[in-house]
Amino acid sequence: MALDRLQTVDMTINMGPQHPSTHGVFRMVLRVDGERILDCEPYIGYLHRGFEKLSENENYHTVLIHLDRTDYLAGFCNEMAYIIALEKLLGVVPSERAEYIRVIMCELNRIASHMMFYGALGADAGALTPFLYAFRERERLQGLFEAVSGARMMFFYFRAGGVRIDLPDGFIRECRRVLDAVKFGIDECDKLLTNNEVFISRTKGIGAISAAAAIDYGCSGPILRACGVKEDVRRSEPYSIYDRLDFDIPVAYSGDTYDRYVVRMEEMRQSIRIVEQCLDQIPDGPFMGKVPRFIRPEPGEVYVRTENPRGDYGIYLISRGGDYPYRVKLRSPCFCNLMALREMLKDCYIADSVMVLGSLDIVLGEVDR
Amino acid sequence: MPAWIDAAIRVAIMLFFVFNIVMVLIYMERKVLAHIQQRLGPMRTGFHGILQSPADAIKLMVKEDLAPSSADKWVFRSAPYLVFVPIFMMFVAIPFSSSVVIRHLDMGLFYLVAFSSLSIVGMLMAGWGSDNKYALLGGVRAAAQLISYELPLGISILGVALLTQSLRLGDIASAQYPLPFIFAQPLGFVIFITASLAEMSRTPFDIPVAESELVGGPLVEYSGMRWAVFFLAEYANLVATSAIAVLIFLGGWSWPFYALEGVGWLMQILAVAWFFTKVFALIFVVFWLRGTLPRLRIDQLMTFAWKLLIPFSFVNLLLTAAAVIYGTAILALVWVATACLGYTVYAYARSR
Repeated sequence: MALDRLQTVDMTINMGPQHPSTHGVFRMVLRVDGERILDCEPYIGYLHRGFEKLSENENYHTVLIHLDRTDYLAGFCNEMAYIIALEKLLGVVPSERAEYIRVIMCELNRIASHMMFYGALGADAGALTPFLYAFRERERLQGLFEAVSGARMMFFYFRAGGVRIDLPDGFIRECRRVLDAVKFGIDECDKLLTNNEVFISRTKGIGAISAAAAIDYGCSGPILRACGVKEDVRRSEPYSIYDRLDFDIPVAYSGDTYDRYVVRMEEMRQSIRIVEQCLDQIPDGPFMGKVPRFIRPEPGEVYVRTENPRGDYGIYLISRGGDYPYRVKLRSPCFCNLMALREMLKDCYIADSVMVLGSLDIVLGEVDR
Repeated sequence: MPAWIDAAIRVAIMLFFVFNIVMVLIYMERKVLAHIQQRLGPMRTGFHGILQSPADAIKLMVKEDLAPSSADKWVFRSAPYLVFVPIFMMFVAIPFSSSVVIRHLDMGLFYLVAFSSLSIVGMLMAGWGSDNKYALLGGVRAAAQLISYELPLGISILGVALLTQSLRLGDIASAQYPLPFIFAQPLGFVIFITASLAEMSRTPFDIPVAESELVGGPLVEYSGMRWAVFFLAEYANLVATSAIAVLIFLGGWSWPFYALEGVGWLMQILAVAWFFTKVFALIFVVFWLRGTLPRLRIDQLMTFAWKLLIPFSFVNLLLTAAAVIYGTAILALVWVATACLGYTVYAYARSR
């Protein structure tokens, strides 16, 4: 009787944009009943810098500067997508050596990005140690990036027809050494997180999404592969030299936080395989192909998809002649993945919200552009 | 000397001792955690950052003490002290050797359990009084968690009380020669440690202050000295709880050196030193856990308490009672309890 008359009111909790676990300036408004989430409304746009519009006033190469700043954890992969688009527009073929250099850098970048992911997911779960262990190996990778491109984050390294500068002396030897360290680091993380009873209970069955829903939302990358869809642009629409390389596409089937984590862990191992093959096969030769003196593509348009660490990263590039692109449109994988958050968080607990968000591995620079 | 002067001196000494040991512990935690995580930790203030804690304490003391304008002022302001005072009161009854103690209480064990549960009130007040949703959630979590873990904690201690037929902490410590109760009560020890980790809100049970989602829980609006008092309480609680564990399970000061029961001042100093060696070893384990484990979720934590810890603490109590009444060799108890423990782990692994 008395309970019938007892009224409860749902509470609204605002998380972000200044919150340590929203991975940047993401904001979500949770409607909760006690600890249980009834609804979650994501708000984006706090990091909007208008890169697409700015690009219309940049010449074809300096657009790369902005692209480095979209998904700032995977600069090489972003440059890859844009450079392929630009090369298609120009009708330029990159040199063989440059193709290998690009793939090596992209895959190393994928490993570095996924390391950031599992470190941050561990920190979201309350374990800070994996974060610092991940950064130990990531630092070695950053050292490689710095040696090759001169920068640690904003690389500006790829060019139409090749790369800006050849690999430094001794790169291949050092790269193998770093890969060994990375393998050790991933195995160590397996011991610390993957098989950790507490971590499993925090991630298994949490934030699950069905394959159909994931496809409807336009999810891609590890989010989609964790739902059992074997879709990877490197295989379905091979670009660069990926069709020559031997690697597997890891897939998991329950679509929950744990599977997203496991898929990324396995992807790092596959990336190591790719880099090792490239290091074995990389030919000598020029690091630049034949490129016209001035980058002035004929009028036309091109759309290129690549597999970014976060998913299907697309660049739509339109030229109307002249020095500047008419339009640069970015298809952001994070944006689509993030929009599935609302569905994933249904009936989760408040503590799960940061875990699920962490498992999406968003980079706000790319969501907001 | 009048009794009240004597009492005041003892309390003043104890307060001084608690402040200092807390500063040592904060430094120790930062260093232990840093080295587990392949960092250096504080290095700038003094030799290897040894002055970091005093520097932080001074900084916190001179900091502005902010209160949210919409806060319930009285509740907000008094909450830190309501957390700290009960925890400090526990030190009144904790003996560090056979005669270094403020008061030997006949009901010492009962007194400790009673006071350890009082600080919930302060946490709830802090959560409610801050007028902040994160703080409120944290406060409610703290209340739920602390009340749930009070039960297995108390019941696991009862086994020891049955064995010694005494609630006097000095007697319990002395009764543990030659066999400390961790061997007679292995299940009780595991339950006690687990429950007290939750009681202290330490990893993997640091749910009320969960930094990743509640960014500090009940403490989120506190600053300056009031915040420092919460911190003080947290670490004082760590010392007190570890001291209790050492007293009732790890043989206090008297195991394995029975001579430390002696009354000479040299023996007393050695006894205190030995006692604190054990306490710090236990605290080190707590820090170590923090460097290793993620955090549980609140519903998992409650399930763990009500479905696992409480039934098993009753099993432990029942077995102990049977052994006391029927005089079964204490070794049999060890084996039964160990078998139970083994089964727990097995069943938990299977249930997942």
